[in-house]
Amino acid sequence: MGSFQSLPDDHQYRTLSQKTDFSLEQIAILHNRFKQLSQNEETLRRDDLKTIQDLESNPIRYQIIEAFFDRRNFQKDGVGSVEEIGFEEFLTVMSYFRAPAHRITEEQREEMRRAKLRFLFNMHDTDNDGTITLEEYRHVVEELLSRSGALGRETAKGIADAAMLEVASISVGPMAPDEFYEGITFEHFLKILKGIEIETRMHIRFLNMDTTVLCKQHCV
Amino acid sequence: MLLSLLCVFLYNAALGMGCMSTVLSGWFHLIPRLSSIVPESCLLIVVGLLVGGLMKLVGEIPPVLESKIFFLYLLPPIILDAGYFLPIRQFTENLGTILMFAVVGTLWNAFFVGGLLYGVCQLEGHRLVTVDLLSCLLFGSIISAVDPVAVLAVFEEIHINELLHILVFGESLLNDAVTVVLYHLFEEYSSVGSITVMDVFLGIVCFLVVSLGGIVVGAIYGILAAFTSRFTSHTRVIEPLFVFVYSYMAYLSAEVFHLSGIMALIACGAVMRPYVEANISHKSHTTIKYFLKMWSSVSDTLIFIFLGVSTVAGPHEWNWTFVMATLIFCLVARVLGVVGLTFVINKFRIVKLTSKDQFIIAYGGLRGAIAFSLVYLLKTEHFPMRNMFLTAIITVIFFTVFVQGMTIRPLVDLLAVKKKQETKRSINEEIHTQFLDHLLTGIEDICGHYGHHHWKDKLNRFNKKYVKKCLIAGERSKEPQLIAFYHKMEMKQAIELVESGGGAKFPSALPSTVSMQNIQPKKPPQDRALPQLSKAREEEIRKILRTNLQRTRQRLRSYNRHTLVADPYEDGWNEILIKRKKMKELEKKISQMNNYLTVPAPPPDSPTIARARLASDPQAWGLKSVTESIPTIKVDLASPQSPESVNMVDEFGKKGSQSKASKEEEGGLTMKVPSPTNQRKDKTADEDNDKEPQQRLMRCLSDPGPTAEEEDEDEAFLP
Repeated sequence: MGSFQSLPDDHQYRTLSQKTDFSLEQIAILHNRFKQLSQNEETLRRDDLKTIQDLESNPIRYQIIEAFFDRRNFQKDGVGSVEEIGFEEFLTVMSYFRAPAHRITEEQREEMRRAKLRFLFNMHDTDNDGTITLEEYRHVVEELLSRSGALGRETAKGIADAAMLEVASISVGPMAPDEFYEGITFEHFLKILKGIEIETRMHIRFLNMDTTVLCKQHCV
Repeated sequence: MLLSLLCVFLYNAALGMGCMSTVLSGWFHLIPRLSSIVPESCLLIVVGLLVGGLMKLVGEIPPVLESKIFFLYLLPPIILDAGYFLPIRQFTENLGTILMFAVVGTLWNAFFVGGLLYGVCQLEGHRLVTVDLLSCLLFGSIISAVDPVAVLAVFEEIHINELLHILVFGESLLNDAVTVVLYHLFEEYSSVGSITVMDVFLGIVCFLVVSLGGIVVGAIYGILAAFTSRFTSHTRVIEPLFVFVYSYMAYLSAEVFHLSGIMALIACGAVMRPYVEANISHKSHTTIKYFLKMWSSVSDTLIFIFLGVSTVAGPHEWNWTFVMATLIFCLVARVLGVVGLTFVINKFRIVKLTSKDQFIIAYGGLRGAIAFSLVYLLKTEHFPMRNMFLTAIITVIFFTVFVQGMTIRPLVDLLAVKKKQETKRSINEEIHTQFLDHLLTGIEDICGHYGHHHWKDKLNRFNKKYVKKCLIAGERSKEPQLIAFYHKMEMKQAIELVESGGGAKFPSALPSTVSMQNIQPKKPPQDRALPQLSKAREEEIRKILRTNLQRTRQRLRSYNRHTLVADPYEDGWNEILIKRKKMKELEKKISQMNNYLTVPAPPPDSPTIARARLASDPQAWGLKSVTESIPTIKVDLASPQSPESVNMVDEFGKKGSQSKASKEEEGGLTMKVPSPTNQRKDKTADEDNDKEPQQRLMRCLSDPGPTAEEEDEDEAFLP
């Protein structure tokens, strides 16, 4: 990124900065990282992300990678997934992990909370029907416990069932035996996760530090 | 009764006081209004004052709080209780803030108070001019430390939110190292007389050694205790003893080497807890919990009463200037320190500390018995002003405990500070907390920077891979946290159920009317071929099913035979797991018994627990999409799930063969309406093959019997 090229980039960064609330330095750093991951191409593919070594030990790596290619996370009404993403989409997904600014109003805080929880919801609701069914939830728990062998698989079902029961009883209350709880809707999801302060917990510190240097040995 | 207690006093003051104190503290709780206005610590001090006064009247010399007794016997139980039950997650999340307050805040307080007092002493002249700088600094360092005993006593009652609680409490625990270092340093230097820059540097080194050394000693003993507990499966009775003995030894070892005993104790308790709890029996766990609470309670009571008595007894030297100056400077220093530090800290925190928080933190800086004992330890030869110090300290302690302790509760209500949330931790929150941890770690890895989450994850993995294997006995070493949490919850629910008499009420968290029934996915209408039963048939079925209740397991979750799976790996199960599952299902049966039936599941000895096992690609086949397309299904069953679909046949009484399964698969889902008797598991022997596939479908019912809305579902599947 020589000084000659920085002019058009600068303008592009500015628009991105306005859209996603990142600072210009942070965008520059993330762009470097993007280029490193995509091997200097314009777009990033799933395989590029799969090469990251540190992700290997993460039990939910597939969901995380999918989240980057999920159109629902790029704009309000997107559906389906894409095969490759550009830097703008990469940055959009990253912006879900920004910390709330110090002085924001209650509405903005609530808005941010909903956006982040929506991201999480989309990660669970794989078929995009607006609810997390028992099967999808079971899948989530199974993935979380996927490193625990047979013991994990067995109890995963029990855990998911218990969790679902809890959601049903909190959201809907007493139900007659023949009533059926379809699945966790977004509103119920908001309700059960009220206890976790998502807007502050779901963030990473985007330091103003060029990490591509550190990363060269490990990544790619 | 009072008279007899008085007699006891004559013979053994301490014993008498101990008895009286426990009796009286018991009485206080019977006077509800009193205990809601006045914190217990105040009342106990008042009792101590009364007792001391009484003893003086009688002519006995009231015992003073011996420093040796205090540090060796009264303080450790309280600190161990605090350290063992320390909420690790909040503590580590706020560690930076806590350390800033503990180290920098205490240093600031010490120097501010000491320095200004010296100035005042010099200005005052005549009696006070003899107080030199080092003595003042020593006094400042003693009085500046926030006291964990007092903080615990007051904050326990006001139920403030966890963040503030852990900040003030953590600060009170960690500032011990600073206090110890400053105390010893100034004591040493007082005898020498002068200090150089080298000494300051040595002081810093000393501080690092004391604090880190204390933590290391504590951690070593903690690991030893965890390791020992691994082998105690045959001697369950003495398990609690190990916990207490190792912790106390950690404390003593640290104190012997002049390291920070409190930090050693905290480190020991915090390090050993996760491993010990995984190893010891439930009863030992309860024993440890209640013993710790009891001991810390008794210590707490005794400390405050002794404080009261010592006030009456101790040699006093009242000096208006000094005492008032001390009080004012302490308060001012605390406020300035907190405000200044928060300003700096907030730059690094995500959850900023508001001014309300700052006020509570400043206001919660209570002084207590540790300061008193430290002053008491000073020798009068080196410190001629010792008695004056003692008086001043007692005044400050009284002020903070009485005034601040009593007014903090109405102030908390007035300022509408967030209170502690009493909600139990739900399994959903646990799942999502874990999920978030992994998600954030993953995002950090994608971003490429090794932040907070990355290292935490690395530590967890290291812990899981090496440490847990050493320190936790048997199978539980591999148990992931989520499962451990779930089992704990199950256990709790089972105990609650048993305690509540095993009635129809499902444990408190879940109302009895939401059950597995309600969340099991119903098949969409076109997927099921449900029989039409007459009422009589229904009754017959229900009767038969009821009689077999004991042997039934939870009915199948899945309705689609493609996902009806028998896991070939399930043969080697953990016996305990089976038993737990049985117990849980028994509870569920009990609760469901009154309302409706469950369709019998395969007998317990079958190798199946039907699991909805998705294909390995998580995104491709959400189960719902499969079910919706069942009528025209083209899924190749053989490929991802072939071993399981073969085994499925076994599930039905071990008959049938592969050919049948494949024939069925090829035949699609054209099913005939079966006769209802095929529903029952135990009568499979005389069914013919045609009925079998239907039966399998029947087993997939997620409702007890046909209801109104299912009556139109009796068409064949295929359109």
